[in-house]
Amino acid sequence: MEWEAVIGLEVHTQLSTRSKIFSGASTAYGATPNSQACMVDLAFPGVLPVLNYAVVEMALKFGIAAQAEINRISAFDRKQYFYPDLPKGYQISQFHTPIVGKGYLDIELPSGTIKRVGITRAHLEEDAGKSLHDVIPHMSGIDLNRASTPLLEIVSEPDMRSAEEAVTYLKTLHALVTYLGICDGNMQEGSFRCDANVSVRPKGSTTFGTRSEIKNVNSFRYVEKAIQYEIQRHIEILEQGGVILQETRLYDDASNTTRSMRSKEAANDYRYFTDPDLLPVFISDEMLAQAHAAMPELPWEKLNRFQESYGLSAYDAKILTANRTLAAYFEEVVRLAQAPAKLVANWVTVELAAALNKANLSIEQCPVSAEQLAGLIARIHDETISGKIAKTVFEALWQGAGSADQIIEQKGLRQMTDTNALAAVIDQILAENPEQLLAYRSGKDKLFGFFVGQVMKATQGQANPKQLNDLLLKKLND
Amino acid sequence: MSFDFDLDRVAHLARILVTPEEKQTIVPRLENIMQMIDQLQEVDTTDIVPMASPLDQYQRLRADQITETDHHERYQALAPKVAFDLYLVPQVIE
Amino acid sequence: MIYKNTLAALSRGLAEKKFSSEELTHYYLARIATLDTELNSMITVTAEQALVEAKLADQRRAQGKAGALTGIPIAHKDIFCTNQVRTSCGSKMLDNFVAPYDATIVTRLKDAGMVMLGKTNMDEFAMGSSNETSFYGPCKNPWNLNCVPGGSSGGSSAAVAARLVPMATATDTGGSIRQPAALCGISGLKPTYGRVSRFGMIAFASSMDQGGIMATSAEDIALVLNEMAGFDEKDSTSVDIPVPDYTAELNQSLQGLRIGLPEQYFRDLEPSMAAVMDTTIQELKKLGATIHTVQLPNVNLSVPVYYVLAPAECSANLSRFDGVRYGYRCDHPKDLLDLYQRTRAEAFGAEVKRRILIGTYVLSAGHYDAYYIQAQRARRLIANDFAKVFSEVDVILSPTSPNVAFKFGEKAQDPVSMYLSDIYTIAANLAGLPGISIPAGFLHNLPVGLQLVGQHFAESRLLNIAHQFQQVTDWHNAMPKMATTVD
Repeated sequence: MEWEAVIGLEVHTQLSTRSKIFSGASTAYGATPNSQACMVDLAFPGVLPVLNYAVVEMALKFGIAAQAEINRISAFDRKQYFYPDLPKGYQISQFHTPIVGKGYLDIELPSGTIKRVGITRAHLEEDAGKSLHDVIPHMSGIDLNRASTPLLEIVSEPDMRSAEEAVTYLKTLHALVTYLGICDGNMQEGSFRCDANVSVRPKGSTTFGTRSEIKNVNSFRYVEKAIQYEIQRHIEILEQGGVILQETRLYDDASNTTRSMRSKEAANDYRYFTDPDLLPVFISDEMLAQAHAAMPELPWEKLNRFQESYGLSAYDAKILTANRTLAAYFEEVVRLAQAPAKLVANWVTVELAAALNKANLSIEQCPVSAEQLAGLIARIHDETISGKIAKTVFEALWQGAGSADQIIEQKGLRQMTDTNALAAVIDQILAENPEQLLAYRSGKDKLFGFFVGQVMKATQGQANPKQLNDLLLKKLND
Repeated sequence: MSFDFDLDRVAHLARILVTPEEKQTIVPRLENIMQMIDQLQEVDTTDIVPMASPLDQYQRLRADQITETDHHERYQALAPKVAFDLYLVPQVIE
Repeated sequence: MIYKNTLAALSRGLAEKKFSSEELTHYYLARIATLDTELNSMITVTAEQALVEAKLADQRRAQGKAGALTGIPIAHKDIFCTNQVRTSCGSKMLDNFVAPYDATIVTRLKDAGMVMLGKTNMDEFAMGSSNETSFYGPCKNPWNLNCVPGGSSGGSSAAVAARLVPMATATDTGGSIRQPAALCGISGLKPTYGRVSRFGMIAFASSMDQGGIMATSAEDIALVLNEMAGFDEKDSTSVDIPVPDYTAELNQSLQGLRIGLPEQYFRDLEPSMAAVMDTTIQELKKLGATIHTVQLPNVNLSVPVYYVLAPAECSANLSRFDGVRYGYRCDHPKDLLDLYQRTRAEAFGAEVKRRILIGTYVLSAGHYDAYYIQAQRARRLIANDFAKVFSEVDVILSPTSPNVAFKFGEKAQDPVSMYLSDIYTIAANLAGLPGISIPAGFLHNLPVGLQLVGQHFAESRLLNIAHQFQQVTDWHNAMPKMATTVD
C-alpha cells in the first residue's frame, strides 16, 4: 500500500506592534511578570477593548503579499473556554469573518520545483498569558504580560505532502512575515508558532484520513522531525488495521516522538458569538491603498531584481536575499563602492560570511559597516590594492582598525603603480635568476609563476598583478 | 412541550458546580424559561440579517501607542493569591 | 425642608448661598443614617470622602469656578467602578472588590463637582426587576415597605424617592432604570445606546446596557445628562456625536407633537391602568399633542428575544469572575476545576446562575442557530418596527410597567412572571432607543409610571415632553410618607 501524507499548517505570528491589540499596554518581550498587564488585559470588571490600527494594517499587508481576498468587513468573535492564562474566560478572535480570506504562497522546494500552497485564511486574535509551573509546590503562577498581544493566525490549505514541503512552506512564510516587518520571527521567544495537522491516505485517494494535530513546535528542525514521526505513526497504525484518534499531540525532541496531550476538555464547545464590545472592522479604499503603499519589496521580488539589475547568479541572489538586512547591506555596499555587483557579491557571500560564521555573529551584529566594506572594495576596484592584500585590510577592518584608506596608509599596503619601478624590480629578478630565465626561454612556461612569485616577494605583494603579468611577459619574450 | 436540558454539560461549560439537590429546583425553572423562549421558533425570519448591535457604525481604530504603565502592585493588592508577582492557581497539568 | 428641593432648586440654592455643599452633604448623610436602616437602598456610604469633596466644592464656588452641578450630592449604582471604594455589583462575588479606577461617568460627574454619598443597592449583576436578588438584602419601596422598589436599580430609585439623595446614577439593560422609576414614583432616563460611556460600568449584556439617571424631575435629568453624556475613546461602542444642551429645549411647546400608542401594548391593558393612561393622554392633548394608534407587530417577541440574547452575552461577560485575579475565591480549592466551579457556585446567586446557564445553553453547539441567531434576527424585526413607526409619529407612549410595585416574594419564585414585568421596557434596549419613565398617577396608593420612547439621540425631545407634562401635573412632586417623617 502506498501512502500519501496530507499536511496543513496553522501559524500564529505575533505582530510586532508597540502596544497590544485591544489595550495600550506594551508588547515588549522579557518584562518582569505582570508589569505589562493593564486593567483591560487583566479583565477587570467594567473594562472594554479598543482595536489597534497597526494590527489591521499588518494583516492587510500580509493579505496583499499572499494575493488574498481581503474581507472589507470583518468582525470579532468570542471564543469561550476557561483557563487561567485567559483572563476574560474567552479569547477575542475572528471565527465567522476573518480579515484575510483565500490566498496562496509559492514555495521553492529544494529540488527546484515551485509548489503553490493555498492559504485558507488569516485572522486577528489576542494572545493568552503564560503559566509557570511549580512556582510554589502544587501551584501554577500566571503571568499576563502576554495577554492581548496581537496575533495573526495564518491557516494553510492541507496542500503539503511531506515534512520537507511543510518546512519549506514555513521558512518561506517566516521570510515573508519578517520581510513585511509585521513579525520579528523569533521562534525562541514565541513570535512564530506552528501547529501541524497531519493525516495520511492511500495514494490516489481524494478523501481525507483522520488527522492529528501537533502543537507548538518552535523550530524548523523540530517541525520536520515531528511531522516525519507523525506520518510514520499514522501509517503504522493504519497498516495494522488500527484507527487514528483525532487528538492533539506534543512533540518530544529527546525521544523524537509525539505524545497525546491530556485533553483539556472532552469536547471543546467554544460557543463563538460576535463580540458585542467591538463593532465590525471596515477596510476603506484609503486603508487598502495605504497598506499597498507601505508594502516593502517582497523576498521573491528582491530575488528577481538582484538577478536582473545586478546580473547576479540565482545562487548568489538567493543567499543575499535570504535575509532582509543582508540584502540591504549588500545594496548599500554596491552603492557606496561604485564597484561591480559581482565583486561585492563575492566579498559578502564568501569573505564576510566566513568571518561572521567563525565569530558566530549574525549580519545584524556585523562589526564591519557597509560603508567600511564599500571603502575596501572601492580600493580593489580602482586597483589601489590587490585582491590578496585586500584580505589583510579586511581583517584589520574587522578588528576595528579604522577605514580601509587609513589601514592601507598605516601599513603601506598600496599596490605599486609605478611601472618603471616595477620594471626595475623585474629586471633585477631576471638578472638574479639566469638559469630559470634560460629554462623559460627554452620552453619551460611553467616558470612564469616562479618569476611572478619572486617579484611579489620582492615587492611585499604590492605589485599590481596585472601590470606584473603584462610587463613580465613582455620582458620574458623580448 | 418537553425540554431536554443537559444540565451537567452546560454547568460544566459554565464552570458552576450544581449539586444533585440544586438540580431538582434548577432544571424545572430552566425548562420553564426555555419554553418561554421557544416562541421564537415559530417566527419567520427568512432573509432577515441578524442584529448584533443597535449601532450602525464601524469599529474605531486607536493609534499604536503605549498608554499604560506598570501598576501591578496596585492591581495585585486585589488578588486572592499572589507570589513573586504571579497570580497563583492550583497546579495546571498539561 | 431641603429634601423637597429638586436638584435644579438645590443648584440655585447653592448659587444663591442659601446653604453650602458641606451643609447639604451633612444633611443628606443624616437622612441616610436615619431612614436607610429601614430602606436598605445603600450598600456603601462614603461619608468621610463626601465631606472632603463637599468642602472642595465650596472652595471652588468661593473661587467663582462653580458650575450647575458643583456641590450637589449624588449616589452611584454599585455597578459603576469607583476608585478606592467597594464596587460590589450587588454580589458576594465582588463583596471584597475595591475598584482600582473610576468609571468614565463617575469621573465626569466628579469633575462637574458632584459629591458622592455612596453606592446604591441593586439586583445582583443587574439581573432582576425587584432588587430581591441582591447579596446585601432587598431594598424596600419607600411608598410601601412591604413592596419591592423595582429593579435592577432598586437602590438608586428608592434613595431618590425617599429623598436621601437628589439624584442617582443607574443602568438599564431591559428596563432597570425605567421600571424602578415607575414603581417608586420618580423620573428615570435610559439614554440612546452609545450616548453614555460604558467604560467602568460592569457589563451585563453589552449590546443593551446603558448608563442613565434617576431624579425627581426631567429638568434635573437634563442638567446631569449634560455632563454624563458624550463620546469616550475607551468605549468602542460609544458614539462620537456632539452633546447638546439638554436643558435648551425643555420649554419648547408640544404643539404638533405626534404621540403613538402601540396597539399591542394597549389592547390588553388592565382597566385601572388604562384609566391612568387615559388621564395622562388627555393632559398631553391639552398641551397640543396629537394621538395616533401605531403598530409594533413583532413587539410581543421582545421578552423571549431578550431572554436569549441578554443571558448569552452575560454568560460570557461573567466568565472573568473566577477567583484568580480579584473578588471571591472559595476556600482550599483542590484543583483548578474545583477553584472555578466552587468559587462561582458559592458566590453567584440563583438568578445569575440561571441566566449564565441559559446563556451558555443558547450559544452551545447545535443550539446557536436555532436560538441565538434566531433571536438576533427577531431583534432586527423589532427594531425595524420601531423605525417604521417613527416615520409616522415622534414618540411612543405606554405604561412603563404592567403592574405597580408588588409584594416581596410575590414573583421571586416564578422567574418567567418576573421577566414579564419588563414587557414594555425591553424593546427600547433591543433597538437601542432612548426611553424615559415619569410619574403619571397612583393605583392602590402605589405610583404608576408613564413611558416615552423616542428616536435615536432624541433625549432632548423626551425631556421636553416630560418637562412640559411636569409643568401641568403634580405627580412628580408627590413624596412617600416615610420620606417626610424626618427633615
